[in-house]
Amino acid sequence: MNFEAVATRPEAGTSASAPAVPKMSIRHLDFFYGKFQGLKGVNLDVAERRVTAFIGPSGCGKSTLLRTLNRMYSLYPGQRAVGEIIFNGRNILDSGVDLNMLRAKVGMVFQKPTPFPMSIHDNIAFGVRLYESLSQRQMDERVEWALTKAAMWDESKDKLKQSGMALSGGQQQRLCIARAVAVKPDVLLLDEPTSALDPISTAKIEELISDLKKDYTIAIVTHNMQQAARVSDYTAYMYLGELIEFGATDEIFLKPARKETEDYITGRFG
Amino acid sequence: MSEHTYKQFDAEMEEIRSGVMAMGGLVETQFARAIHALKHIDVELIDTVAADEQAINQMQVDIDQQCSQIIAKRQPAAIDLRMVLTVVKIVNELERTGDEIKKIAYRAQQMQRPERLSSVRFHEITRAAELAEDNLQLALDAFARLDVNAAAQVVSNDEAIDFAFLSILRQLISYMMEDPRTITPALEIVFIAKSIERIGDHAKNIAENVVQVVKGKDVRHATAEQIRAEVAE
Repeated sequence: MNFEAVATRPEAGTSASAPAVPKMSIRHLDFFYGKFQGLKGVNLDVAERRVTAFIGPSGCGKSTLLRTLNRMYSLYPGQRAVGEIIFNGRNILDSGVDLNMLRAKVGMVFQKPTPFPMSIHDNIAFGVRLYESLSQRQMDERVEWALTKAAMWDESKDKLKQSGMALSGGQQQRLCIARAVAVKPDVLLLDEPTSALDPISTAKIEELISDLKKDYTIAIVTHNMQQAARVSDYTAYMYLGELIEFGATDEIFLKPARKETEDYITGRFG
Repeated sequence: MSEHTYKQFDAEMEEIRSGVMAMGGLVETQFARAIHALKHIDVELIDTVAADEQAINQMQVDIDQQCSQIIAKRQPAAIDLRMVLTVVKIVNELERTGDEIKKIAYRAQQMQRPERLSSVRFHEITRAAELAEDNLQLALDAFARLDVNAAAQVVSNDEAIDFAFLSILRQLISYMMEDPRTITPALEIVFIAKSIERIGDHAKNIAENVVQVVKGKDVRHATAEQIRAEVAE
C-alpha cells in the first residue's frame, strides 16, 4: 500500500482562534528496527500549542513516531531514524544533537505511571536539578508550580514528603506529568497516558491536557479513539508504518477523506 | 460498506435503516389513500388513515429510541454517526408528512364539492398530490440506496410542486373574488394544496439528509443548483 497523506487546512477545526504554526516538522521520516522498517516516509507538522493525536491499530508505528520526536529510540542499539524532524530550527536526528537538552525540551509520559521511588517533592526536583541549580526556595516554588500545572497541588501539598509510589495510579500519572512539566519543556509527548487508569482518573488527565495546551505543544498516542476525538485538535491515522490521513480532528471524526480511516474509526477494521 | 467488528452494531444499524424504510412505506400507503380520498367519497378510509397515523407516530418514537441507544452504547463516528443523526431527522420528516396526509384525507372527505370548483380544480390538486407522491418515493429510494443523484433530483423536482401550489392558489383567488360563495370550499382546497406543498418540502428535507450522510456536507440551505454541483464532485 502506498497512500498519500491527506492534509487539511491547518487552522480548520481548532478551538483556538489563532492559526496553528508548526512546532515540529517531520519530513520523509523512515525508521528502522534493525532490518524491519517501522515508519515509511512520514510527513507531518506538529502544531504549536495544539494537541496532535496519533491513532491506528497495534504495530502501526504511532508509538515509534512518538519515540522519534525526542529520540527515545537512541537508547536502543539497532534502531535508527532517517529523514528530518525540524525543531527550533534544527534537525534533531543530526548526530551532534545534545540528547539530554532535547529530552528536557521534549518531555515524555508513558503508558504506565513511572514515579521514582522517592518523595513526591523529590520526584519533581530530581529532573530540575539536572538542568538548573535552584535555591531551596526556588525549588519549592518550582515543585508547587509543576504540581499546580498538573492539577494535583491541592491533593498533594500536605504530603510532599510521602513516597510518590504510595499515590493512586491516576495521581502517579499526574505526578509524572508534573515531573515532565517541571523542566519547562516546549513539547509533551504522551504515550497512551490513560490506558492503565480508571474513567475518573482518565477524565482528570484529559482535562489536564486541555489546560496544558495553552502553554505546551502536545502529541498523544492513544488506543481510545473517543479520547483522540475529545482531546485533540489534529489527528493522524497510521497503518503499517505509513501516515494514511492527517487533518483536523473535527473533520476526521465526522467525514474522513479516506475510506481506510473511516473503516478504522467506525470499528470496521480487521 | 464493510462490516463492523461488532456484528451486533451492524444489526442495530440495519434495524434503524429498515425501520425508516418500513415507516416510509406506511407513509406512502397513507398518501395513496389520501389521494384516493380526493377523488372518491370513502368514509371507511378515514378510520384506516387515522389508525395508521397512530402507527406512524409510534414508529417515530421507537426508531428515535433505537438511535439514542446506539449513540449511548456505540459512540458512532463518521459515516455511522451521520447515519444515526440522519435517521433521527428523517423519521421526524416522515412523521410530519404523516400529519399532513391525515389532514388532506380528512378535508377531502368532509368538504362540499360545489359544481364550479369540482372537476377542474380537483384534477389539478390531484396532479400536484401525485407529483409530491412521486417525489416522496424518490426521496425514500435515495435513502435506501444512498443515491445522491436521486437526492439531487428530488430537490429539483420540489420546484415543480411549489409552482403547482402557487398556480392553484392564484386560480382559487380569482374564483373567490368572482363569487364569494366559493370562499369556504376554496379555502378548504387551499389548505389541502398547502399540505401537499409541505409534503414536498419534507421529501426535499429527506433528500438533503441523504446528501449529508453520503457526502458529509450540510446542504439544507443550498439551492438545487448548488446541491447538483456538490453531488457531482
